[in-house]
Amino acid sequence: MKLDCVSNSIGRRVPREIPGLGPRAPYAGAYSRLDGSYSYTPRTFPRRIPAPTTDKVAPGLAAAIERSGLESGMTVSFHHHLRNGDTVVEQVLSAAEALGIRDLTLAPSSLGDEADCVAGFVRRGVVSRLHTSGVRGEVGKAISRGEIETPVVIRSHGGRARAVEEGSLRVDVAFLAAPACDKLGNMTGSAGKAACGSLGYAIHEARYAGRVVAVTDNLVPYPLAPRISIPQYLVDHVAVVDSIGDPSKIATGATRISRDPVQLRIAELAFGLIRSSGMLKDGCSFQVGGGGPSLAVARYVREYMKANGIRGSYGIGGITGFMADMLRDGLFEALFDVQSFDAAVTSSMAENPRHMEADVSCYANPFNRGCLVNDLDVVVLAALDVDVDFNVDVLTGHDGVLRGASGGHSDTAAGAKLAVITVPSMRNGVPSIRDRVQTVVTPGETIDAIVTERGIAINPRREDLAAAARDAGLPVKDIRTLKTEIERVTGVPDEVEFADDIVGVVEYRDGTIIDSIRRVV
Amino acid sequence: MKPDRSAERPLRSLLYIPGNNPGMIQNCSIYGADGVLLDLEDSIALAEKDAARKLVRHALLALDFGAVLRVVRINGRDTPFFEKDLEEVVPARPDAIRLPKTDGPEDVLAADRIITRLEKEAGIPAGSVRIMAMLETARAVANAVAIAGSSPRLSALTLGGQDLAADLGIKATKDGRELLYAKGAVIIAAKAAGLAAYDTVFTDVNDLSGLLAATREAAALGFSGKAAIHPSQVPVIHEAFAPTEEEVRKARAVVRAAREAEARGAGVVALDGRMIDAPVVAQAERTLELARLAGMEGTPA
Repeated sequence: MKLDCVSNSIGRRVPREIPGLGPRAPYAGAYSRLDGSYSYTPRTFPRRIPAPTTDKVAPGLAAAIERSGLESGMTVSFHHHLRNGDTVVEQVLSAAEALGIRDLTLAPSSLGDEADCVAGFVRRGVVSRLHTSGVRGEVGKAISRGEIETPVVIRSHGGRARAVEEGSLRVDVAFLAAPACDKLGNMTGSAGKAACGSLGYAIHEARYAGRVVAVTDNLVPYPLAPRISIPQYLVDHVAVVDSIGDPSKIATGATRISRDPVQLRIAELAFGLIRSSGMLKDGCSFQVGGGGPSLAVARYVREYMKANGIRGSYGIGGITGFMADMLRDGLFEALFDVQSFDAAVTSSMAENPRHMEADVSCYANPFNRGCLVNDLDVVVLAALDVDVDFNVDVLTGHDGVLRGASGGHSDTAAGAKLAVITVPSMRNGVPSIRDRVQTVVTPGETIDAIVTERGIAINPRREDLAAAARDAGLPVKDIRTLKTEIERVTGVPDEVEFADDIVGVVEYRDGTIIDSIRRVV
Repeated sequence: MKPDRSAERPLRSLLYIPGNNPGMIQNCSIYGADGVLLDLEDSIALAEKDAARKLVRHALLALDFGAVLRVVRINGRDTPFFEKDLEEVVPARPDAIRLPKTDGPEDVLAADRIITRLEKEAGIPAGSVRIMAMLETARAVANAVAIAGSSPRLSALTLGGQDLAADLGIKATKDGRELLYAKGAVIIAAKAAGLAAYDTVFTDVNDLSGLLAATREAAALGFSGKAAIHPSQVPVIHEAFAPTEEEVRKARAVVRAAREAEARGAGVVALDGRMIDAPVVAQAERTLELARLAGMEGTPA
C-alpha cells in the first residue's frame, strides 16, 4: 500500500496515518513520552453483562465461536505460550472459516513457526489484517511479497500491552489455549499434558478482550487448584478440544549450552563486559533469553555470582530452566516469569513460591505505573543485524523478508541500565554490522554495546563503559573499524531491492512509528 | 651457550583446524589459541586434498590471523602430496610447516631443500618458514637426537601419539603412561638442540578434567605446549601451563636481580646471597611470559 510518509527522529520514512489504526505520530526518541507529562484518554467499549451460569462449557469449538458472537470483520487474538507446538490458532481459524466468517484481524501476542497455516487463511480471505510481535516462515514471506493489502502492525510485548490498555488495539474475541481449565474457565499453564508454564500474555488478554474463550484439552473438576492463573470472572466460554498442542514442540527454548566456539567467544566477551561494568553485585536484576550465546552468558554469570557470593534481586523475561536453577541456588530473590522457555520451568513455577507468574503489562508496558523492565540492570539480547548507529533489526533477514519477532527487545533495552547485544560478526558469509539496518526495532540510543566474536563496539555516549571495558583488557573497537574488519573477510553485500509499497509498520513501545517495512521486489 | 631456536614466544596451545573448513579457518583469530595448525593431512579425505591446499593458501594470503602463529600440517614425504603441499603453501608465508611422519634427518632435509628453493623463488627471507618435525613412529623416536640436529630450520619436535601407539602395537590410554619413554626422548632431544617440544593431542573432547590432568603432566615433563583438536580445549591447556603465584613471585625476583646486575655491569647475578645461572634467568623470564599470557595480574617484572 502506498502511504503518505514523514521522516521520524532517526531519519526513517514512516506513514502519518495507518489504515485501521488512524493517525500515528512518528518516533521522536525512546523516552519522548516518558517524562511524566504525556497523557492519553483510553477508548471505552460497550460491555455485555452475561447471565449467571454454573457451566460455561460449549458443545465443541464451533459452538463456542458462535456463542462468543464472532463475526466477519472482527479482531481475534491468541497467546503464543505453546510456541511451536500450538494448534489452537489453526483449529479456531478453520472452525471460523467453516462458519463462513471472513475478513478477520488476527492480533496474537506473537506467531511462531507453527503459524504457517495463517498464510493459507490470508489467501482464502479468512484473515485480512495482522497485528503481531513476530512473523516467521510462510506468513513472513506472504507479507514481504505484499500479499496482505493492509500493512501489518508489529509491536513489542510491552507496546502491545499498552495498545490494548489504551484501546488502540481492541480484541473482540480472545481464544486462550488452556493447559488446565475447569468448567467455569479458571485456567493455568502449570498443569496438564500441554503445560507451558507462565500464561503471562494470556492473563493480560483476558482482562481486556471483549469476549474470552478458554480452549482446553484438559477439563479438570471444579475448582482448578491449587493454582489459578486466569480466574473464571474473566472467561465467557470454555471449548474442549482433543489437543491444544504438541508438548514436544512447546519446550523449544535451547536448554543446552552451545558448544559453537564463535557463540562461546561472544558469550565470554559479553560476560567480560558485564563484569567490567560493575553491575554484577548484590541486588542486581538480570534478563537473558534462551538459545544462542545467551545461556552461555548466563552460565558465566552464575559461576561468577556463586564464586563471589553475590545474591541478585530478580530475573525476568522468558525464563529458562537455567534461570530456575539459579533461583533454586539462591542467586536471585525471585523470578518474574512472563513466558516459560522450557519444560523444567513449569515444575519450578508450580513448586517454588519465589518463581512468580507475571503478566506482560507488569513486565514491559511503558505506560503503566511501573513495569519490571524499568528497574532492570542488565539485559543480554540477540539481533539479526545492527548498524553503525547501534540500531537493531530483529525482524528482517538479509534478504529483506520478515522472519523475526520484536518481542521484549525494545522494552528491555529502553528499561535496562546496561543493554548488551550479542551477534555473530557474520552469518553464512554475510556481515551483521551494516551502515543502516533494514528495519529498526530497537533504537541505538537504548543500546549500550554490541558484542561480536571479533570485538566489542560500545555506544559513544557510554564512554564510562568503554573505559571500564578497556581497563579489563577487552577488545573494544570503534563500530566502523569493527565493521571494516569484518568486511575484509566477507566483502560488502549488495543491497536488497525494495518497492515503495509499505507492507508493515513497526510501532515503538510508546505508540509512535519507528520504521516501515517495504515490499521486497 | 646453545642457541635457542624454538619459537620466539611461548606456544602453549596449537589448535588443529581442518584445511577444508572455511567457516573455521576464517575464525582462527578468535579461538584464543597461541597458534593454529591448518591441517592438510589426517582430517582431509583424499578427494579433498587439492581443495584444502588451495583454501589454506588463500587463507594465509587473505586473512588477518592477529597474533596467532600460523602453522600448516602438510602431508608426509611418503605421500604424493608432499611436494605439492609445500609448493602451494610456502609462498603464502606460513610461520611454520608441521612435517608429519618424520622418521629420520633425511625427511627434514628433504623438506628443508624444497622450502629453501621456494623461499628463494618467492623472495621470502631465507629460513623464515620454520619446520616442526612430528615424530610418530618407533624409528622416529629412536632417531630423535639426529632429527633434532638435522637442520637450523627446525623450531620444534612434536610427538604424534596416536600413530606412535599404532606403530608400537599398543593401545593409547588417557593418561598416556605407555608413551612416557617416547615423550622423554622427544623432550630431551628437542631441548638439547634448543628446540621447543609439543605434546600430542588429547582425543576425548568431552573430558576437560582429563585434559587438564594430562596437560599438567605434559608441562611437568618439559613439554612447551600441547596440540588441541577442539576450541574448548584451548583454555584448559592454558590453565595447565599457567605458573603458580609462588613461581611468578620467584621469577620476578630473579629477573629483577638479573637486571640490577646488568645495570651494575656485574657478570654474576646473585639473589639472596646465591649465584644464579643464566639458564635460571632465562627460565624465570619464560615463567613471567607465561604468567602474562595467562592474564595473571601485575606480571611485568
